[in-house]
Amino acid sequence: MWEYNDKVKDHFLNPRNAGEMKDADAVGETGSLSCGDALKLFLKINKSGRIVDASFMTFGCASAVASSSALTEIVKGMTLDDAEKLTNDDIADYLGGLPKEKMHCSVMGQDALRKAIRSYKGIEILAKPGNTICECFGVTDLEIIETVKQNNLKSAEDVTFYVKAGGGCGKCVQQIEKIVESILAQA
Amino acid sequence: MNIVYTDNNATTKVAPEVLEEMMPYFSELYGNPSSMHSFGGNVGGKIQEARERVARLINANPSEIVFTSCGTESDNAAIMAALELNPAKKHIITSAVEHPAIKNLCSYLEKKGYHITFVPVDREGHLNTELIYDIIEKKADDIAVISLMWANNETGVIFPVEEVARKAAEKGILFHTDAVQAVGKIPIDVKAADIAMLSLSGHKIHAPKGIGALYVRQGIKFPPFLKGGHQEKGRRAGTENTASIIGLGKASELAKVHLNEMDTRIRGLRDYLEVELLAKIPASSVNGDKKNRLPNTLSIGFDAVEGESILLLMDQSGICASSGSACTSGSLDPSHVLMAMKVPFESAHGTIRFSLSTYNTKEEMSYIIKAMPPIIKRLRDISPFWKK
Repeated sequence: MWEYNDKVKDHFLNPRNAGEMKDADAVGETGSLSCGDALKLFLKINKSGRIVDASFMTFGCASAVASSSALTEIVKGMTLDDAEKLTNDDIADYLGGLPKEKMHCSVMGQDALRKAIRSYKGIEILAKPGNTICECFGVTDLEIIETVKQNNLKSAEDVTFYVKAGGGCGKCVQQIEKIVESILAQA
Repeated sequence: MNIVYTDNNATTKVAPEVLEEMMPYFSELYGNPSSMHSFGGNVGGKIQEARERVARLINANPSEIVFTSCGTESDNAAIMAALELNPAKKHIITSAVEHPAIKNLCSYLEKKGYHITFVPVDREGHLNTELIYDIIEKKADDIAVISLMWANNETGVIFPVEEVARKAAEKGILFHTDAVQAVGKIPIDVKAADIAMLSLSGHKIHAPKGIGALYVRQGIKFPPFLKGGHQEKGRRAGTENTASIIGLGKASELAKVHLNEMDTRIRGLRDYLEVELLAKIPASSVNGDKKNRLPNTLSIGFDAVEGESILLLMDQSGICASSGSACTSGSLDPSHVLMAMKVPFESAHGTIRFSLSTYNTKEEMSYIIKAMPPIIKRLRDISPFWKK
């Protein structure tokens, strides 16, 4: 059922900046059909490195559409340097919060934005660093560690909510638990 | 806004006739059927009538009906009874597309040391019966129970349970069927098929939630799942949920009357919905064998869009249905049923299940047929995977 607040509903029912941008200066793509959600972000960037326009195309649930819509609203007018620092929390906060199980939608926004900016800056995006932990969703140990630290996650279930790892066949859940435990032990 | 309810495989409305018959047993007729006084005993008589009505719906003897709290309890009670009756046998055969009530119970038992065969299905949802017969032939002595759903809740595909049940009976293997979705939608005859145990649920056939039944073939020394009092002839302890049992009885009587309408008028409505949606929405496809299917169920996949988004836009138009997608359930993969059938991700994530009841009308189908194309188009317009 609807577990979304009015702002999330509004951005789903009336998405801002939806659609392809033919003359985009930068494009960032994340997600896939098999994952169940995907975002293609388009940016128009001026000579001084400021984002002057943004649009998106999204396949996914209501919160994926709303997160994408929010992302485009947030980044318009930002410098690339500031935009690069944007986190998934900023997107979720802009929407007044997302259900915990849907936080991965905001993570998708952060990921697409960084990919767009890096490709614009000519930074080659190499294969994902680290070792793949979750085969279903292609998530590596380094991604899990970064997400756990950035969002103060406490359990393997939290990790699934944020980056989906462990949410498919479930074989890697124990490995994820170990990673989370080792980070909590260090903290 | 009017609600168009096409989610009857999830739950159904309580029929007014059912509610009416239940009402006195919430208030003035509150006696305990186990009591010695006739005030309670009269309730017992009414429960016996309900038992007869449920039995008639599936061609059982009234004494073979055990009332439970729900379909899930019936399933659990059946499987656990089979294991208790066959302590030396460690092998359970079931399918890859069962309801969680069986699927998750079997996964739990697997961790406890049982050997479970989750028999696969093909692209149309047909069960690989050859695999079952092969196992029966070679290792019958180790099989504690075979449990197969009669009809699938998501696709409506019907399994050849009668055939498998007969083969199991020939080898002396207990056969259980989760018939929660089949009962009241297609004719069921437990005698003809030699079925040992069958689960059914009240709220799928216009009785209230919280009432189910388990058919247990005469002669099976059924050990109770809930242990305690002598109720249900020692097969299920706990004071009877009298009003709901009486409701299930009435609902069973109505369901038997409505079987023909299900097969004709409701099948016609479902087919109308199916044909029109396929014609009006490009890149849409039906999941499961179209012929061998419950008359009320349509599982239809729309490429390149996602189920939760579709459902929420349908909700804006007052249409209730379900998705075969993950985002609604908290898990992230598409439904295990669609994955077992190897439905491509492209349409699995965008699958919607419409399930009708005898309360649905042609006008409602026309309304859905008009509402759906713009919903799918709207989501495809912003989907990166939609090739125009």
